[in-house]
Amino acid sequence: MALKFPIFMDSHSTTAVDPRVLEVMLPYFTEKFGHPGSRNHPFGWEAEAAADKAREQVARLIGARDPKEVVFTSGGTEAINLAIKGVAEMYREKGTHIVTLAIEQRAGLDVSKRLERQGFQATYVPVGPDGLVDVEEIRKAITDKTILISVMFANNEIGTIQPVAEIGKLAKEKGIIFHTDATQAVGKIPVDVETMGIDLLSTTAHMIYGPKGVGALYVRRKNPRVRIAPMLDGGGHERGMRSGTVPVPLVVGFGKAAEICGTVMAEEGARLRALRDKLQDKILSSLGEAYLNGHPEKRLPHNLNISFAYVEGESVLMGLNKEVALASGSACTSATLEPSYVIAALGVGAELAHSSIRFGLHRFTTEEEVEYVGERTVQVVTRLREMSPLYELAKEGVDLKSIQWKAS
Amino acid sequence: MAYSDKVIDHYNNPRNVGSFPKEAPGVGTGLVGAPECGDVMKLQIKVNVDTGVIEDAKFKTFGCGSAIASSSLATEWLKGKSVDEAAKIKNTDIVNELKLPPVKIHCSVLAEDAIKAALADYQGKWGKKEAAAGAAAS
Repeated sequence: MALKFPIFMDSHSTTAVDPRVLEVMLPYFTEKFGHPGSRNHPFGWEAEAAADKAREQVARLIGARDPKEVVFTSGGTEAINLAIKGVAEMYREKGTHIVTLAIEQRAGLDVSKRLERQGFQATYVPVGPDGLVDVEEIRKAITDKTILISVMFANNEIGTIQPVAEIGKLAKEKGIIFHTDATQAVGKIPVDVETMGIDLLSTTAHMIYGPKGVGALYVRRKNPRVRIAPMLDGGGHERGMRSGTVPVPLVVGFGKAAEICGTVMAEEGARLRALRDKLQDKILSSLGEAYLNGHPEKRLPHNLNISFAYVEGESVLMGLNKEVALASGSACTSATLEPSYVIAALGVGAELAHSSIRFGLHRFTTEEEVEYVGERTVQVVTRLREMSPLYELAKEGVDLKSIQWKAS
Repeated sequence: MAYSDKVIDHYNNPRNVGSFPKEAPGVGTGLVGAPECGDVMKLQIKVNVDTGVIEDAKFKTFGCGSAIASSSLATEWLKGKSVDEAAKIKNTDIVNELKLPPVKIHCSVLAEDAIKAALADYQGKWGKKEAAAGAAAS
């Protein structure tokens, strides 16, 4: 099959809507346009039935027993905000401390920081060099004021999968609510809120081949019954937790996307893992001083994150970006001009954080694409090393750490 | 981020990539930036010690596309200039030529620093001879 450019390999940022998903969405824009809250006519009944079906489909994918535990939101960011702020406000009398990870995605970190400004305390538990948190570190961070543990399921940069079930067990033991940001994990690897002891779970449709603009927060109703304060006041939709008209076409798409993921997950995961391993082997065997970021096994099957010594990440992307869509932890590709805090948290040193490249495979990735991207990545990194003063110094045997760098 | 055509051209076809032996006659070397900041430039000039004219320039850069383009452009501009003229190259000239957006201005600053460092290194190593030659002529 001929390659089609540009090749998309940035699936931790978003994914394409699966054509099967789009197909079921379309009627809900036009002839089936009713409001699920309209209780007195067929348009409303039809819309409500469609939203309920979607709720069941999403519930099934995450192992929720009761579809009512699924609260639709505008996406992952809103779900995370609703979970953390909602718990903070509801349980403020009980305590003002939350435990979270240093490598949460921005939404998680920024919500925690805002709460700190409002008088809460947050502990950002560090991770090991492989990106994994030690559950004992979470245990140590807990105080008698802790009301929430919020730990991402799988990291959006390095794909490392946290020991969620163990954390769930700890949370239950301590009687603390456990939220997990599972936006990268749901639909890709098995997620089960019951067996993993998850009380709140954030997810989004557009990471699982569904539409942008819709996500969900799972809110446990039993053992324990978790209560959250709503962020939006209004018509009391979604059991009062998220007012606002349910966007039926989007939730229908979300539901279908969840159903498909549930069906194909095992097979798709195995296929992507094999392709990812092939890409990883090609790059690591062709280039010296290229380092895998994150845990080699406990990692999302479609994730690959590599730092290339002596070259800067954005320059690598620039060499590829007409042909391949990728992401980098380089400061130059971020809005903050700081290198990736996730890679930096692994203790690899800032220069390697600047040189990290993230590959994200997905449902529509082909073997030919993987071969091409591997080949081109090696070429581009090799070319850039030839023009890198750091590579030249290292080849001369100079220890780069021995140099007094004059930063401007 | 969208790059200007000139940045893309310098990135794809960098001018004067390479190195001179640091101790060769008339060579001045500037090494600026820091790996942990994400950019390091090595810029070298080769000056005709008798005339004070920069006859050749080379660079190697670790950094983003704009950093590579800034140093590549700097080497182009340095060639044929006298040491005094070279000292007048400003980072804003580079910004204007490459149409660098605000977040990339530091790349041009680093390139100016690299030029200054190379000139200072040259002056320290070979400037006395040039000054002596100049004094003798006057």
